[in-house]
Amino acid sequence: MDSKLKIKMRGLDVKVFYGGKGALHGITLDILENKVIALIGPSGCGKSTFLRCLNRMNDTIEGALVTGRILLDEEDIYDPSVDVVELRARVGMVFQKPNPFPKSIYENVAYGPRIHGLAKSRTELDEIVEQSLIKAGLFNEVKDRLHDVGTSLSGGQQQRLCIARAIAVSPEVILMDEPCSALDPIATAKIEELIDDLRRNYTIAIVTHSMQQAARVSQFTAMFHLGNLVEVGATDTIFTSPQEQRTQDYITGRFG
Amino acid sequence: MSLLSESHMKPLTRNIGLKRRYRAEKRFRAYGLIAICTGIFFLGALLWSIFSHGYSAFWQTSITLPVRLDAAVIDPQNRRDKNPQVLITANYPILIRNALSEKLSIAPDDHVGLRQVNRMFSSGVRVQLRKMVFDNPQLIGTTQTVTVLAAADIDSAVKGQINLAVPETKRKVSDRQVEWIHELAADGSLYKAFNTGLFTFAASSRPETSGLGAALIGSIYMILIVLALSLPIGVAAAIYLEEYARKNRFTDLIEININNLAAVPSIVFGLLGLAIFINFFGLPRSASLVGGLVLALMTLPTIIITTRSALRAVPSSIRSAALGLGASKIQMLFQHVLPLAAPGILTGTIISLARALGETAPLLLIGMVAFVANYPRTPMDPATALPVQIYMWASEAERAFVERTSGAIIVLLMFLAVMNIAAVLLRRRFEQP
Amino acid sequence: MSVSGVILIVLVFGGAGFFLSRARARAIEAHGAKMHSRPHYYGCWTCLLIVLPSLLFLFFWNIGVNIYAERQTLAHISYAAGGDIERSDSYAPLQRILGQKGIASTRQSENYMVQGGIELAAGIKNLRQAGAFAALLLSVIGFLAGFWGTKAKKRARNRVERVTLWGLIVASTFAILTTMGIVLSMLFQTISFFRSVPLSNFFLGTVWDPRFSVMALEGMLGRFGLIPLLAGTLYIAFVAMLFAVPIGLFAAVYMAEYATPRMRGIIKPLLEILAGIPTIVYGFFALVAVGPFLRDLSASITGGQGFIMAQSVLTAGLVMGIMLTPFVSSLSDDIITAVPRSLRDGSLGLGATQSETIKRVVLPAALPGIVAALLLTASRAIGETMIVVLAAGVAASLTLNPFEAMTTITVKIVNQLTGDLEFNSPQTLVAFALGMTLFVLTLFMNIFALYIVRKYQEHYE
Repeated sequence: MDSKLKIKMRGLDVKVFYGGKGALHGITLDILENKVIALIGPSGCGKSTFLRCLNRMNDTIEGALVTGRILLDEEDIYDPSVDVVELRARVGMVFQKPNPFPKSIYENVAYGPRIHGLAKSRTELDEIVEQSLIKAGLFNEVKDRLHDVGTSLSGGQQQRLCIARAIAVSPEVILMDEPCSALDPIATAKIEELIDDLRRNYTIAIVTHSMQQAARVSQFTAMFHLGNLVEVGATDTIFTSPQEQRTQDYITGRFG
Repeated sequence: MSLLSESHMKPLTRNIGLKRRYRAEKRFRAYGLIAICTGIFFLGALLWSIFSHGYSAFWQTSITLPVRLDAAVIDPQNRRDKNPQVLITANYPILIRNALSEKLSIAPDDHVGLRQVNRMFSSGVRVQLRKMVFDNPQLIGTTQTVTVLAAADIDSAVKGQINLAVPETKRKVSDRQVEWIHELAADGSLYKAFNTGLFTFAASSRPETSGLGAALIGSIYMILIVLALSLPIGVAAAIYLEEYARKNRFTDLIEININNLAAVPSIVFGLLGLAIFINFFGLPRSASLVGGLVLALMTLPTIIITTRSALRAVPSSIRSAALGLGASKIQMLFQHVLPLAAPGILTGTIISLARALGETAPLLLIGMVAFVANYPRTPMDPATALPVQIYMWASEAERAFVERTSGAIIVLLMFLAVMNIAAVLLRRRFEQP
Repeated sequence: MSVSGVILIVLVFGGAGFFLSRARARAIEAHGAKMHSRPHYYGCWTCLLIVLPSLLFLFFWNIGVNIYAERQTLAHISYAAGGDIERSDSYAPLQRILGQKGIASTRQSENYMVQGGIELAAGIKNLRQAGAFAALLLSVIGFLAGFWGTKAKKRARNRVERVTLWGLIVASTFAILTTMGIVLSMLFQTISFFRSVPLSNFFLGTVWDPRFSVMALEGMLGRFGLIPLLAGTLYIAFVAMLFAVPIGLFAAVYMAEYATPRMRGIIKPLLEILAGIPTIVYGFFALVAVGPFLRDLSASITGGQGFIMAQSVLTAGLVMGIMLTPFVSSLSDDIITAVPRSLRDGSLGLGATQSETIKRVVLPAALPGIVAALLLTASRAIGETMIVVLAAGVAASLTLNPFEAMTTITVKIVNQLTGDLEFNSPQTLVAFALGMTLFVLTLFMNIFALYIVRKYQEHYE
């Protein structure tokens, strides 16, 4: 891989077991700074599981066991000295279904800065909220109703609100777990545009079901199958000349 | 790619108050644990208090001794052939007193001693000996070995519930009586035995001869009436509401009604029973029939609610399959859906019956706080119920009644435990496919 | 012939009708006719024809006889007494009917009553006999109709099913009938109570002393002040909630969010035991353990006379709080676990700690449900009887000191209605006015709670 790019996160032989059953069988994968990497593969291939390892969301699942090492800036995030709260403040996550809290739009975005104590004053908090909403491309649509409930927005707006909520903590990496699967094409297009904008400041890993989306938004693509990493490389290469038969089959739609 | 690159330093410069937040986390967790421990502590305190007061109620001190059924005492003028009444009015306790004082070798002119001997045994012996002699007058003049109940105070003393360090004048058992207890216990004529009377005797003003007999029968009548009424009606109502009723204002009203009824204070049902069943329909007061009706109305909403959720849990594929084979809707419901929902319905019913068994307040209002000295033979007879008997005993001051009350509570809790365990087992058995 | 005897005969007859009709249907089928329904439906139909009309008739006839008896007695007495007795006194004569069954008699009985009673009893007996005879006749007609009507073309199954459906509908109206029964029974008594005691005396009175002697002194008015009872009820309920809400809520949060499944499997049933214990047991616990303990504790603090009475607001509130804890915890547990996992993930994914997630996301989302649960719990606290009867005391005092005894509405209902009753006196009728107050109070709380729950359910569907 291109050596002048900095490696932001790196998985080394990551294995995941759910209640003793293996879900990931040793994944080694680099995630490069300020790039978008798309994780693709058929359902149940372990791509979401891997994503959830990156900010230790698997910790919240009963009976999940993760082995191997995952490095964030050379530091093992599964090391006992690493604090999971701090980790998640650095590695944010956006979920499959928009999940705004039943609070106002403002409070949704202000939630992260508040719990982490990132703003010293009310005006600073207002600033963070506004900036996050602007970055998420939502500010113009909601600036007159910041105190309406978050759930009153449309699905696409809700998802962008969740992205703004994640940005407000100023993370280094943003993980997105099929962020567009519950949205219509127009809302999807907006989110994809947003992802491209965000790449300048953040490192992004996105799980997606849609090949086209992977091709549109990502610079790198990793193909998963049955808990194994089949192939990883620049998105152009993967989609035009895959090295593996399974990737070829998946991309051309023989299974999935 | 230096290890101490700018991005690596970033988390160190950003203070997100971790220490403080983890302290708050620990505190919060501790509150939860404290709350749970408090709840469990009170459960323990309650059960311990009941069991420590009550376990001794299952034993009763008795005295076995040879008693001469002296004709000179029972029937001094020898008139029993003409007038059987003398056998009823005879002074039977004297016989026991004589037998006991003879055994303890107390002089016949020691009046204080004799009086104290009299207080050793329950005055329930009058009824006991009367029955014995009345059933078989041939016994008069013979010497029989008789087992009599010790008086409540003596019973308490034997169980160690009376503090002997207190000056003699301030306690209910004298030093001489204590001596006699030791003397009788030494040769085995005074001993503790399982207290069958607790389960067979009816109401009495003396602790040692009062029991739960009438209350148990009353409670059984009531539970059977509740079962016979609220199960069929509740299931029928649930079937209609869940399977037939279209959603409209009327069914909405019924629904709110049922949910509200489930939360109406139980005492209000007692007022209903008093005004409707007793005054309007003219049913007798204190009857287990009325109690059963009131409790049935109380249990009905709960049974409807649990039955509905049991019906809802039956997969709709079963319904479609039955209808698809040409069954009518009623056949589909009664032959396919109900059997599948039955375990859920039964579990709910058992739990509501357990609740009805422990219910007290409404029964007080319909007159079940009655002194019932005889077993109720039909549900129309005056009766009392297990929890009401507990209430009545709880209001008595004597130490021996505290013991009986706790004993009665243990009996009640055992019944409830058996019912609830049955419900849990039933659920477990049918949950496993 | 007794009523239960008639019922038994009709039921046996119904069973016989079932077997006979089924046999007849089978016989017809054996002759090669194509029956519309399976034979047992014919049996069921005949059985229904025998049993239903006859028992319904019997039921309504007996109600009618009771009403008639009441009217007649009333007419008789008001005639004998010179027409002085008003309609509102109709329960006194009813008491005579009770008397005939060997149960509590009137306080003062007059000679004219005896004669009237005897005549009335004879008349009622005749009426009941006639009713029993007519019921038996109805069942015979039902049998004949059902048995001879067993024919191949008859749509027996449809008929049986229609009756079944009607049965289901009738069963579902029982809930409404019960509520109506509650409201009507209390309403009539309450109205007749307010005929003799003015509304202001009840609702605004601050003294509760409904003894006869006081009534004589005060010129038949007595002191039926609701205020001290209501204050006691609310105070004790408040103390109970003060105890139950934090413990129940924290226990629920811990069970839902922190406890491992194994721990949950142990704790939850333990707390449920607490919910399954009858309230009389709690009352006794308060009476013999908690009350004396608090009294002795306060005595050892001051070194002399204790400042907590054995029967006090604190004792009753504390024990009631223990009783309510499992209600709060199990209701809240259900509501907290119903909060979608995605909200928790969203918060944890932003780096919130678990307690921050609970405090700032889960609990606010569950708030409406928790409020409803607390309302239901409070309504239970207000209507609770046995604990306060044994632990709160009977003195209707107005005080703010939680260490003293206060009494509640439910205690007074029990006090006024146990023992010898005289039905038309305000002393007895006041219990119904109190019951009505209690019913209305809890009704509002329950309905409001149900309303919140419904709105909340829609929110997540």
